[in-house]
Amino acid sequence: MADDVVKIEIACTVNGESRRFRAWPMERLLDVLRRELKLTGTKEGCGEGECGACAVLLDGALVNSCLVPVAQAAGCEILTIEGLARGEQLSAIQEAFVECGGAQCGICTPGMVMAAAALLERERQPGERQIRAGLSGNLCRCTGYTKIFEAVVRACQATGVRR
Amino acid sequence: MRANVPAYELRSPAGLTEALSWKAQEPGAWQPFAGGTDLMVLLEAGKLAHRRFLNIWKLTELHGIAVAPEQITLGALTTYTEIQRHPVLAAEFPLLCRAAVETGSVATQNRGTLGGNIANASPAADSPPALLVYDAQIELVSAAGPRWVPYNGFHTGYKKMLMRPDELIANIRLPRTMRGWRQHYRKVGARKAQAISKICMAAAAQMENGVVREVRLAFGSVAPTVVRAASAEGTLRGGRLTPAGIAAAREALARDITPIDDLRSTARYRLSVAQNVLEEFLRTLAS
Amino acid sequence: MDSAEHKYLGHSVLRKEGRDKVTGRARYVDDLDFPGALHGVTVRSDIPRGRIRKIEFGAGIPWNEFIVVTAADIPGANYVALFERDQPFLASDGVNHSEEAIVLLAHPDPYLLEEARRAVRIEYEPLPAIFTLDESLAGKEIIWGKDNVFKSYHLEKGDVEAALARADLIVEGEYRTAAQEQLYIEPQGMVAIANPRDGVTVWGSLQCPYYVQRALVALFNLPAEKIRVVQAETGGGFGGKEEYPSMIAGHAALLAWKSGKPVKIIYDRAEDMAATTKRHPSRTRHRTAVTRDGKLLAMDIDFALDGGAYATLSSVVLSRGTIHAAGPYSCPNVRIHSKVVATNLPPQGAFRGFGAPQSVFSLERHFDRVAAAVGLAPEEFRRRNFIRTGETTATGQVIREAVDMPGLLDRALRESGYAAKRETFARENHGRALKKGIGLAAFFHGAGFTGSGEEYLASVVEAEGTPEGRVRILAASTEIGQGTNTIFSQIAADALGIPYDRIEIAQPDTAAVPNSGPTVASRTSMIVGKLVESAAIGIKQSLVAANLLAAGGVYTPEDFARACREYISAHGPLRARVQYHPPPGVKWDDKTYTGEAYCAYAWAVYVAEVTVDLATFETRVDDFVAVQEVGKVIHPVLAAGQIEGGVAQAIGFALYENVIWQQGRMANGQMTNYIMPTAADLPRIRVIFEETPSPHGPSGAKGIGELPLDGGAPAIVSAIENAAGIVLREIPVVPERLMEALEAKAGMRG
Repeated sequence: MADDVVKIEIACTVNGESRRFRAWPMERLLDVLRRELKLTGTKEGCGEGECGACAVLLDGALVNSCLVPVAQAAGCEILTIEGLARGEQLSAIQEAFVECGGAQCGICTPGMVMAAAALLERERQPGERQIRAGLSGNLCRCTGYTKIFEAVVRACQATGVRR
Repeated sequence: MRANVPAYELRSPAGLTEALSWKAQEPGAWQPFAGGTDLMVLLEAGKLAHRRFLNIWKLTELHGIAVAPEQITLGALTTYTEIQRHPVLAAEFPLLCRAAVETGSVATQNRGTLGGNIANASPAADSPPALLVYDAQIELVSAAGPRWVPYNGFHTGYKKMLMRPDELIANIRLPRTMRGWRQHYRKVGARKAQAISKICMAAAAQMENGVVREVRLAFGSVAPTVVRAASAEGTLRGGRLTPAGIAAAREALARDITPIDDLRSTARYRLSVAQNVLEEFLRTLAS
Repeated sequence: MDSAEHKYLGHSVLRKEGRDKVTGRARYVDDLDFPGALHGVTVRSDIPRGRIRKIEFGAGIPWNEFIVVTAADIPGANYVALFERDQPFLASDGVNHSEEAIVLLAHPDPYLLEEARRAVRIEYEPLPAIFTLDESLAGKEIIWGKDNVFKSYHLEKGDVEAALARADLIVEGEYRTAAQEQLYIEPQGMVAIANPRDGVTVWGSLQCPYYVQRALVALFNLPAEKIRVVQAETGGGFGGKEEYPSMIAGHAALLAWKSGKPVKIIYDRAEDMAATTKRHPSRTRHRTAVTRDGKLLAMDIDFALDGGAYATLSSVVLSRGTIHAAGPYSCPNVRIHSKVVATNLPPQGAFRGFGAPQSVFSLERHFDRVAAAVGLAPEEFRRRNFIRTGETTATGQVIREAVDMPGLLDRALRESGYAAKRETFARENHGRALKKGIGLAAFFHGAGFTGSGEEYLASVVEAEGTPEGRVRILAASTEIGQGTNTIFSQIAADALGIPYDRIEIAQPDTAAVPNSGPTVASRTSMIVGKLVESAAIGIKQSLVAANLLAAGGVYTPEDFARACREYISAHGPLRARVQYHPPPGVKWDDKTYTGEAYCAYAWAVYVAEVTVDLATFETRVDDFVAVQEVGKVIHPVLAAGQIEGGVAQAIGFALYENVIWQQGRMANGQMTNYIMPTAADLPRIRVIFEETPSPHGPSGAKGIGELPLDGGAPAIVSAIENAAGIVLREIPVVPERLMEALEAKAGMRG
């Protein structure tokens, strides 16, 4: 190794709060969220960007945090599952998941909810095909997706409630 | 997670000029790191041999889509999401848009870039066949200056490119000459999303009174690189789409591609399906 | 207690576990923080069979910083306690499969730990290995016992030979199913704290805390009171976390024991896929005798499973597969000979369905062949042979419950539009590259452990009243996505007549809850739910007997709370304890494998509609109708969720999931190459329940967890055959396989 790699200082906004920490540049954003910032809501399901359990919003875009080196999160706004609810007030999607049975074991749920949130940010009333496409990067082994679709549709129908 | 993360360097140059000067000083030492959707997978599998990476994600010079009367130029860091949402691309370059929609899923599309896809040089990549059909040109830049090369022939072998160690991919240019062409894209993977292709075809043809005036056929996952099916194009050019003509094109395709058996599929399947998908395209032209 | 009184049972109450799961607050094992904990990894074999000659620790690693554990460090016995004692926690003399655990390492730095894992070199003397069922049955190499056979069963009903001799028609067929990975989205993981003075405590992703306890007792040679197992929130199991957690718990505990620090082992996906259990591959041979008008005379079934290198649960998987092999049909003469054999693949284990998906697939596919041979439509052949109340199964069990398979069939055909579609598809498929097809499967699934299994388990549930008027349910049954905590709360709340919110379900922790048996075998609602109901009633009875509550009266939650408070201050703890007792008259003979195999069955008919693309040989499931009779639906949303999720797994089993073995190792152990369906691949799955209450479950509920895995795949393959006009005998029907089958058929035509 020619030069020794050093930890770098990263400043970013996570769930609306300014955060500052030191990390290896290629450390996965997923690991920094979970280990450094103790935000364990974001999960690892595959470590290869296939299952979507690690999905967060990075500057408003849905990304798999297992594929983002933390150096590239510098100066960015990150939204994780912990940032979706306002205290005890769940977002419309979260409420809909609870009502419709969209979560069974729950391990895919944080990523799935983030993907649904990203979808509804763009499409107020997505059709079935758009819902499928929007969630196709989030694998669920428990539900067969049927009640997840129902939850997304239910969330669209919620009026006056924050997504 | 199988990598020794502290052993990896990811440095962020202030701008493109600085990035190119680092590359010029130590050619081959610094590899570009864009959205990370390929490189991070390798890292996590413990298979990322290279250790020093140049973070190019924020380089503004490599972003943006510029529309001119004769051509459209995409910055190397154009993401698949940006491709899908661009009205000119949607109208005139549907093969590229379809490829972008079928790449991975929303999260990968937000981070995957066209330049990254080209540089990763996988023969299974979804967009490169569309670039071949569109006669794309690639701009390579270095501290010594820029140069344009045709994308056709850019890959000389499996994971090999005609790019110097001090160069970066800067732009991809598509001539706006596809109006009136019939276009068809089909990717065949193990499932409808998040699938590496078993075969993928981008095809375009200009028809005139039932005669094939011009045709371009490009395939992925059936050779060490993405390829234009030159023999098949040759049998079709200037001819009619009779059953015999279609059969001849199928047979010629077998000479253009060299599919293999691997974890995802078999050579026989790839050949048959490539031929079937080609025939499907030709039948739509004939009707 | 009739339905009118049920405030909660039969309704979709909000799940207890719901909010935590949608907010990211639910804490799975890797979310648990143990300050000062070490990370642990496992060094595994890279050959399928051989003697271990040498273990070398390579240069460049500060080995003095590491905790290193081998078999020599084991305080007790080096075997994972289950049925046999053949599987070691750590290989010592030799290995019998790829990915077998040999050395354990622990260190605070997870990155350095990974470098260290790579630096351990193991030298072997390879031995000949076998990788398939056929090789094992042929005795190509004897790798286990005298003849590679972990277990075999032979059951006979009537006189099969005589029936075959006089049959109008005999139809033969052979069918195969492949390994399937459970693919829970949360990989396996455990945290352990262990030392000779305090004993062992583990927290982990698991289905059966008492299985883990039993295994650690033997590993550490400690009494059960010194082994504590706590279930963390578990991200899916499907059987994959039935017995494997004992292995990883043992590993974490051994490292903790040696280091004096907490140790956390979390598998990454690649390790989980390559090293842990899968569904047993199967081969079934049928010989079926029928009369000219399609009545079953005899079934001669040879059922074989590949168990991998060690016995684990193979004997029980074989058992369930054997008992389900002849299906919900009435046949006077049945002979089933079954065996599960050893190969040098990593050991197979439990996966939802547990042997039945394999044997039911084969039977249902074969029955379409039999129907065709006698010139009957598939549904008509089933109709003529369905078992009825009062008739006997293959094990000689008289079906006492009210069963109406023809009614379920009619409903499924009607809801799916089967008849009209079959006609339309036959007409419209001509000349098209996209062929449509529709097919069905009829099946049943026994709830609970086989025969005397439940009696042997002797499950216990306790309930405890608090001074605030809340009632805690203490059971070892785990919530792994199916909603255990919710349904237990519904059952208890209705039994007690108090609000659902007043019921608490204790975390499964062997230090705190009794052994209500494992969370497997579709037993949680029916068997354990019934015990929960009884325990809740026991609390109420104590209060009534103490004159603190009116017998048969209605009371408010405040009345109830006051009664609890007064009881506790006057008499001490308010507790009820109930133990399972088998229903009277249940007879089961383990030697002849005859008698009452299960006290209740769920019955089902599934219909699948597909499109087959003849250009790419891909199959897409367009519609799926799942009709089942389940006794009582405790929670409609949760119950439908079980069927929908199970059907999705069955679609994977039929079409997408293919384990590619190379020299006995799973070569496609990544989610990019082991394909499970995404949201873009599946249709909306339509679920219909019918209810004929069973006396054995709370409000009549029977088990449903595994049922969908039995019927999904054969229904889909039936539909593909209808679409493509081809016979398929093996799953998964990946496009490459369909292409070969169609080409072979075309080739035969010349």
